[in-house]
Amino acid sequence: MVILAVLAAATTPPPFAAPNSLTSALGPPWKGLTGSLGSPSSLQWLKKQRQCKRKAGTSSICAKFELKPPPYPLDALEPHMSKETLEYHWGKHHRGYVDNLNKQIEGTELDELSLEDIILATHNNGDLLPPFNNAAQIWNHDFFWESMKPGGGGRPSGELLELINRDFGSFERFIDDIRLAAATQFGSGWAWLAYKANRLDVENAVNPNPTDEDKRLVVVKSPNAVNPLIWDYSPLLTIDVWEHAYYLDVQNRRADYITFFLEKLVSWEAVSSRLEIAKARAVEREEEEERRKREEEEKSSDGEVAEIYVDNKSDDSEAE
Amino acid sequence: MALRALAARKSLAGSGFQRILGARGLQTFSLPDLPYDYGALEPAISAEIMQLHHQKHHQAYITNYNKALEQLDAAIAKGDASAVVKLQSAIKFNGGGHVNHSIFWNNLSPVKEGGGEPPHSSLGWAIDQSFGSFDALITKMNAEGAGLQGSGWVWLALDKELKKVVVETTANQDPLVTKGASLVPLLGIDVWEHAYYLQYKNVRPDYLKNIWKVINWKYASQVYEKESA
Repeated sequence: MVILAVLAAATTPPPFAAPNSLTSALGPPWKGLTGSLGSPSSLQWLKKQRQCKRKAGTSSICAKFELKPPPYPLDALEPHMSKETLEYHWGKHHRGYVDNLNKQIEGTELDELSLEDIILATHNNGDLLPPFNNAAQIWNHDFFWESMKPGGGGRPSGELLELINRDFGSFERFIDDIRLAAATQFGSGWAWLAYKANRLDVENAVNPNPTDEDKRLVVVKSPNAVNPLIWDYSPLLTIDVWEHAYYLDVQNRRADYITFFLEKLVSWEAVSSRLEIAKARAVEREEEEERRKREEEEKSSDGEVAEIYVDNKSDDSEAE
Repeated sequence: MALRALAARKSLAGSGFQRILGARGLQTFSLPDLPYDYGALEPAISAEIMQLHHQKHHQAYITNYNKALEQLDAAIAKGDASAVVKLQSAIKFNGGGHVNHSIFWNNLSPVKEGGGEPPHSSLGWAIDQSFGSFDALITKMNAEGAGLQGSGWVWLALDKELKKVVVETTANQDPLVTKGASLVPLLGIDVWEHAYYLQYKNVRPDYLKNIWKVINWKYASQVYEKESA
């Protein structure tokens, strides 16, 4: 009975095979835009979906990206970061990126994507498309404002501190690392603390021997608008080292600005809560990958089993 | 020009130990003087900007370039290939910063000394040939400079192979030669934020519009004539 059923399955293709191969051949609709940079669900954790209103007919109209204010008044970071700096940095630079992106994507296929998906799509494997700089700079600045708070600084605590100690040796060593990254970014750019999940840096590669140690904190720097999302890292903290971030306050003394940021402004609470989200996201993705792997194994083992039965058909018949 | 022997400086400093750096001694660099006062380019570029730009930024490139050259010298002496390669980015950045700023200071001139006066010599003719008109060149360089993402430079260059003048941009402190060995810089405009932020803030296009009032076309013409001869 069982054998007959398997034989039947082996000779007639399973009903799901055709649609399945069809969809994989076509790829999901977002594939053409994001390529292999990540599945849409992998970005869910930080996705700020824009509200799309359906008009009569089939086309939907997306709300424009809006300039999000910092989570504190513009003078709240004084004297370490002046109100004037915030007025220009947020009120002019950040606003400029928002206005320009809205202009660039209006009426294009990017119009309905989240900010993160626009970043990944327009990064275009390093061959940047024009909206990339504006989209990434909006994301970076939102993230930067939320990396600071009035009366910030001090030391992190809890699991964040444990991971910093584990991955950098000590909090002081971490500070040295991020300070160096921020000071030595040639030209405009950003320094980051990021959570690097259990992934290889090679496209589509699977880590053959994953351990918990693979998931670690890293300090990286990035030029101009680039951010760690494009490497599939989860950013936890950023320091803007474009000159416009500090020039009105400390002119050429980038080192002083970095010190103010780390000692007086950084919000370790924000970093801790980002770490929580990043870890949950990594677990979610692992589970998803496990599930996908199981499904694939089941699918292929179905086929293999069937072939074995087909090959051994005569033996089986004799046994019967 | 701004060269001096490190070995000589070391012994003068009284270290009592003269390092022999390479067969001929390692040449290091020092900050060249500006050919005008810090305030001489006002109102196009403020004295404060000029002073910081020259004394702090350019000096920092020179300091770090010299440091990298010393490290390079030591790495070569030791035959440490990976250390030699590792130093390349610091050399390109800081050395480029020194080279670019040295050109930039010569590209500027106070109005009363002829700053902003368009070229009438063979360079003027070459500009017309390549771009249609002097104004078209300015429009093009302003657009390239405004569109440059992050920090960098916009250049008017002589391409010695094509025998014509071209506009190029370079990122960060990449010197023009990184865009082609046949390119000779005639005019470089610094579009790093430090070049204009204290005065023009986020409005880079206004800086670009005003800098033409203090461009030293005499210098660019001289380089053009020498290099195209």
